Amino acid sequence: MCLGIPAKVVQIDDSQIGKVDYLGTKVKTNFSLLENVRTGDWVIVHAGFAISKLNEEEAQETFKLLREYTLLGEIQE
Amino acid sequence: MDELRDERIIRGLLSEIKKKARNMVESVKIMEVCGTHTMTIHKFGLKKLLEEAGVEMLSGPGCPVCITPNEIHQAAINLITKKENYILTTFGDMTRVPTQEGSLQTVVPASGSMVKIVYSPAESLEIAEQNPDKDVIFFGVGFETTIPAILLTAKSAQAERIHNYSILSALWLIPPPLRAILESKDTEIQGFLYPGHVSAIIGEKPYRFVADEFGIPGCIAGFEPSDILLAILSILDQINEGKPRVANEYARVVRPAGNEKALALMDDIADTKDAHWRGLGLIAQSGLKLKHKFSRFDAEVKYGLNIVYGAGDLLGCRCGDILKGKISPPECGLFGKKCNPDSPYGPCMVSFEGACLAYYRYDR
Repeated sequence: MCLGIPAKVVQIDDSQIGKVDYLGTKVKTNFSLLENVRTGDWVIVHAGFAISKLNEEEAQETFKLLREYTLLGEIQE
Repeated sequence: MDELRDERIIRGLLSEIKKKARNMVESVKIMEVCGTHTMTIHKFGLKKLLEEAGVEMLSGPGCPVCITPNEIHQAAINLITKKENYILTTFGDMTRVPTQEGSLQTVVPASGSMVKIVYSPAESLEIAEQNPDKDVIFFGVGFETTIPAILLTAKSAQAERIHNYSILSALWLIPPPLRAILESKDTEIQGFLYPGHVSAIIGEKPYRFVADEFGIPGCIAGFEPSDILLAILSILDQINEGKPRVANEYARVVRPAGNEKALALMDDIADTKDAHWRGLGLIAQSGLKLKHKFSRFDAEVKYGLNIVYGAGDLLGCRCGDILKGKISPPECGLFGKKCNPDSPYGPCMVSFEGACLAYYRYDR
């Protein structure tokens, strides 16, 4: 139920209704739970509503941290 | 994004978890609060891999379909079978939960009435707009992730004067049952994997009592395999260092203060109330109801429903014990026999996020 999908905003109007692109499918989405959403932003969509904007910097931090474990994984193989 | 499912990274994380869990006397018990985490853990085989590494994962109360008591389902069934020209809308899984009277999918609605499955609360309001001659009741279930979207429909209904719309609320807050679980001492949980998308709304602060009052570590986690393993590493570090806190591995989505706009909206539209949970019973301030100014959109008020709790559970179903982390699904006598995905006997086998369905599909 708390499934949320990361998707890219492709359309948004003044009433905060628009569309996101999820793996090539355009999905109608309500953006009124967020501030300052623009096309091109990545958001988490849950039950037709965008609930959070993705933070690119934090994402890169996590990915960098994860890559540090690659070597450990290779040693184990 | 490949890092989130890279096999070498997952192996690396698991070997690090094994190293850290080795310092502990027995296997470490960690509760994954969220049903979507339960699904990831089983689907990617992490349950067994973690067990081998010395970490035992317990499923928590984080499946809203599972924890909604049968008495609310029976109220929904009563409305739709007794009243003519009603449309009851709800999420798909809710229609399959069995009660003594059957499920919303199997009962026969009254003349002109029907059950409609929706993907978004917004659709329910659209259905009300398109059917002005019918009463539309949204059987709205969810945790903090879904609650703002559900409540927003009451606000929109008021603004747009859509008076044939109301909400039958099954709205649950996540922090109160965690306290109930810690106080019940039914389980010996050493750490919590906090739900990522509930936390996107509520932030870190509502979990602090877990560390401050109970000394139990925890970490907010995302939903990919690497997310979950990274969060478990954080929990093990907190145990080893003796410094419990609320860590956040899912910072790309969860801000420390959560989604302040959504939180303000929740405050504006709803009040907390004591609420009954399946298995966990009555928990103080663990549910939400619409504020007085929105009461015409509250189905319980509008239709004078008097929901009495206590006799709704189906005989033999142990979903309640599973939700508390007291037993695991295979320990229930009905699991895989009388209760299976084609013919679920309890809600934990119905829901996509139910622990029983996750075990049945991936760990049998």
